[in-house]
Amino acid sequence: MTSKSKALPAPAESGWKPGFDSAAWKRRAKGLALPVVALLLLEFVVRIGWVPPYQLPAPSDIFATLTDLAAGPLWKHIGASVARVLLGFAIGASLALLAAAWVGLSREAEAYLEPTFAGLRAIPSLAWVPLLLLWLGIDETSKVVLIAIGAFFPVYLNGVAAIRNIDCKLVEVGQMYGFSSARLARRILLPAALPGLFTGLRSGMSLAWMFLVAAELIAATKGLGYLLTDGRETSRPDIVLAAIIVLALLGKVCDGALAKLENHFLSWRDAFSGEA
Amino acid sequence: MTDALLNVRVERKQFAAVTVLRNIDLQLQEREVVSLLGPSGCGKSTLLRIAAGLEREFSGAVSRGSQGGEVAFVFQEPRLMPWLTVEENIGFSAGNQFDKKWVRQLINEVGLDGFAEALPKQLSGGMAQRVALARGLYSRPRVLLLDEPFSAVDAFTRMKLQDLLLQLAEHHGIALLLVTHDVDEALYLSDRVLVMGSQQPSSIRLELAVPLPRPRDRRDSKLGSLKVEALTELQLAHVI
Repeated sequence: MTSKSKALPAPAESGWKPGFDSAAWKRRAKGLALPVVALLLLEFVVRIGWVPPYQLPAPSDIFATLTDLAAGPLWKHIGASVARVLLGFAIGASLALLAAAWVGLSREAEAYLEPTFAGLRAIPSLAWVPLLLLWLGIDETSKVVLIAIGAFFPVYLNGVAAIRNIDCKLVEVGQMYGFSSARLARRILLPAALPGLFTGLRSGMSLAWMFLVAAELIAATKGLGYLLTDGRETSRPDIVLAAIIVLALLGKVCDGALAKLENHFLSWRDAFSGEA
Repeated sequence: MTDALLNVRVERKQFAAVTVLRNIDLQLQEREVVSLLGPSGCGKSTLLRIAAGLEREFSGAVSRGSQGGEVAFVFQEPRLMPWLTVEENIGFSAGNQFDKKWVRQLINEVGLDGFAEALPKQLSGGMAQRVALARGLYSRPRVLLLDEPFSAVDAFTRMKLQDLLLQLAEHHGIALLLVTHDVDEALYLSDRVLVMGSQQPSSIRLELAVPLPRPRDRRDSKLGSLKVEALTELQLAHVI
């Protein structure tokens, strides 16, 4: 019987080689090309006076502002914003996962809950702001709740879709073994739904940042959204742009962390890599 | 004949208003290999699913023999959990506490040494179906039900897998009931071939015995003449 296995084709080995290879660095260089050219162009355009610096500061000036801020109040603002996003996202995403599991796994729950969720989803989330301010005041609570609302729907929608897209042929394997519902959920449904759940978590995270900015623009005494308002009120576009850059970086870091987790848990996926 | 390993009696099986199966009575004896042969849509897979307990809405009864014993099922597609390794898939029914030694033995028996830690995406179709076979054997069944298990692989792989299946059944003393639409496969593998027609409601139209000793040779002229006989009878019974 061992002679049989020798005749079998070797498994595909491509696609999971770890370590550094020049191809990866080349890819990174390609990704950096456009931003670098744009920055150089901007610097040039501002330096020769085509655009007044009080409207668009040169990239080097923005960088200088950023270093100044980093020596002072920047970390306080980052800390406040990150805490709000993480707390709001954690609350919104957890509730969304629970709701998605409930609706996804039970037709009965779907009949009761889905129309309500569909109605709530139709409300542009920012429309809640006045109400939240009335009910919860302008403190932290209203901001965190707004972020939670923002993060809720993408996680919920993707979660339900992920559960409903599970291949029923895999579920049947569990039924054949007489798995209990709990066992079915743990051994088949959860891992099978994980790719869709991660899609939801990542879009929920990006919406959490969006709603953070909205919340902080409206009323805040610290945070990156406050920095944006401050820059506008003091006619300092360099501060506004510095805050935007920090927001982009933080958003990227959060998404990158989720992407890392996703790759870790979903390394089994046999997905299209973009190279046909 | 009274103490068969598996008795399947279907008086009637309906999907919505359509009766697909009627008056079927089949027994599987110890170590016997029986094929359900018929065209697509004749209800043979439904009959197998009834035998496996995957279909419960029908009138009739499925019973195991007095010796009891497990019944396992191998699907048409491998249906491996893509997030589990080969060995975790084989021991899937037992969860994380699967019997590693037994799994390693099964991996060896299906010819997949060295692939215990591989993921399904790294396997060819034939290899994946070997894993599915091993998963079917994990519970040490007395009866293995197979739903067109080799229909998705190429002809060469299919022949290898057929021989592997016979070896495994022989070695572990397992009776096989398999669904196929391939006359050659049915004759080569089986002791008995039960033919189902395409008219609905379907039932067993014809029973062909294959009285050839094992191991069989595919080039055996007796298999050839049996096939001619079988085809003639299929024509007479208006199955083809």
